[in-house]
Amino acid sequence: MLKMTDLHTELKESIVEQLNLEEMEPADISDEEPLFGDGLGLDSIDALELIVLLEKDYGIKLTEPEQGREIFVSINKMAQFIEENRTK
Amino acid sequence: MKNKIYITGIGGISAQKNDFAENPLVYEQLIFKAHTPNFKEFIKPMALRRMSQAVKMGVTTALLALKDAKVELPEAIITGTGEGCKKDTERFLEKLLDQREDLLNPTPFIQSTHNTIGGQIALHLGCKNYNVTYSQNSASLESAFIDAQLLLSENPKSNNILVGGVDEVSEVISGFRNLDQQLKTKKIKNLDLFKDDSPGTIASEGSHFFLLTSEIKESTYAELIDLGIINSVSTQGLTSEVESFLTNNQLKPEDIDVVILGNNGDNRFDHFYENLQQGIFKNTQQLVYKHLIGEYETATGFAFLLAANILKSGEIPGILKANNIPEVKTKNILIYNQYLARDHSLSLLRAV
Repeated sequence: MLKMTDLHTELKESIVEQLNLEEMEPADISDEEPLFGDGLGLDSIDALELIVLLEKDYGIKLTEPEQGREIFVSINKMAQFIEENRTK
Repeated sequence: MKNKIYITGIGGISAQKNDFAENPLVYEQLIFKAHTPNFKEFIKPMALRRMSQAVKMGVTTALLALKDAKVELPEAIITGTGEGCKKDTERFLEKLLDQREDLLNPTPFIQSTHNTIGGQIALHLGCKNYNVTYSQNSASLESAFIDAQLLLSENPKSNNILVGGVDEVSEVISGFRNLDQQLKTKKIKNLDLFKDDSPGTIASEGSHFFLLTSEIKESTYAELIDLGIINSVSTQGLTSEVESFLTNNQLKPEDIDVVILGNNGDNRFDHFYENLQQGIFKNTQQLVYKHLIGEYETATGFAFLLAANILKSGEIPGILKANNIPEVKTKNILIYNQYLARDHSLSLLRAV
């Protein structure tokens, strides 16, 4: 299993690549920064991409779309959720 | 009486820069990309990140046309695209195969539809007005113009209609043109296109948007008089179709000062143009342009840009001339185009 810090880095790299954040480096995203709204500024299409990313990379299928609101708050929250629920 | 339509703003992106008359860009590829501006100067990075080339070119040229006409919000956005957002279609289909139809990324699917371009222009402008996309092969842009014509005839008070044509190249789908000899078999320089007597052509991409107004403004280039589309016609029948189109507009072939033709070097189909060049437009100044910008479904956008600029400036770049006729003051310009012997279009523009 990856260490927590490695998972954080991996997540940031996946987000930059998957969401085409061309102007950003993974290191530009802080662990606590809000991913949506005033923080990184992601939108609803990005939320769909993150749901696909969770299932494809970590085997986590979100059954309740509402869960996304709690999980995609920040890199820290996402990493914690992945550690607790990953199947691969 | 028909309502008047004027081209009052233009934005264009093609494989050539603005100074193509003096410094034409030379390509030695069968498929080449457009010469694009720095899109970041027009579109915010967070919006730009999802856009394919077609959307970037479409949004940028729409903004340029609006700026040229000093208009902030159009009353309608009408887009023509022959093949739509091919890059995202390809990305979506590749993922579909790679991931065995499972866990597909939503972005390329959402962005793969033909009306993404018009939709993204509207989103960028915050424009909730009439928005329609036409996809009619090589008559897509002309179909969009005809819709603008109809819109203005239904509501003479309409104004500021944004009409454009956009097509992009993509790795795989553009390459399919090889399969039925739509492309030359050997690489040639674009400027040598008409020296090579062989089947096929060279392909590229581009976007041209035009802001149409019902009144003449300071920035007005020309009047758009009429458009016609003929899906299928014989070489012989074309002459009478052209004459009939001109008659409907109270003109004869000799009233046309400049004819802009879509010759693309494909010796299987260029006879449509040559028949007019050696026939009713023998004594008319003939211009060609696809040796500069390549062939694509909405390449006539460049012809509209040329016609509008010639009618405004009175200057005809030598690199476009297919024959040498003593220059007269240009009043009427006819644009004729076809692709693979289908979707013949006639567009008539006049000086203001």
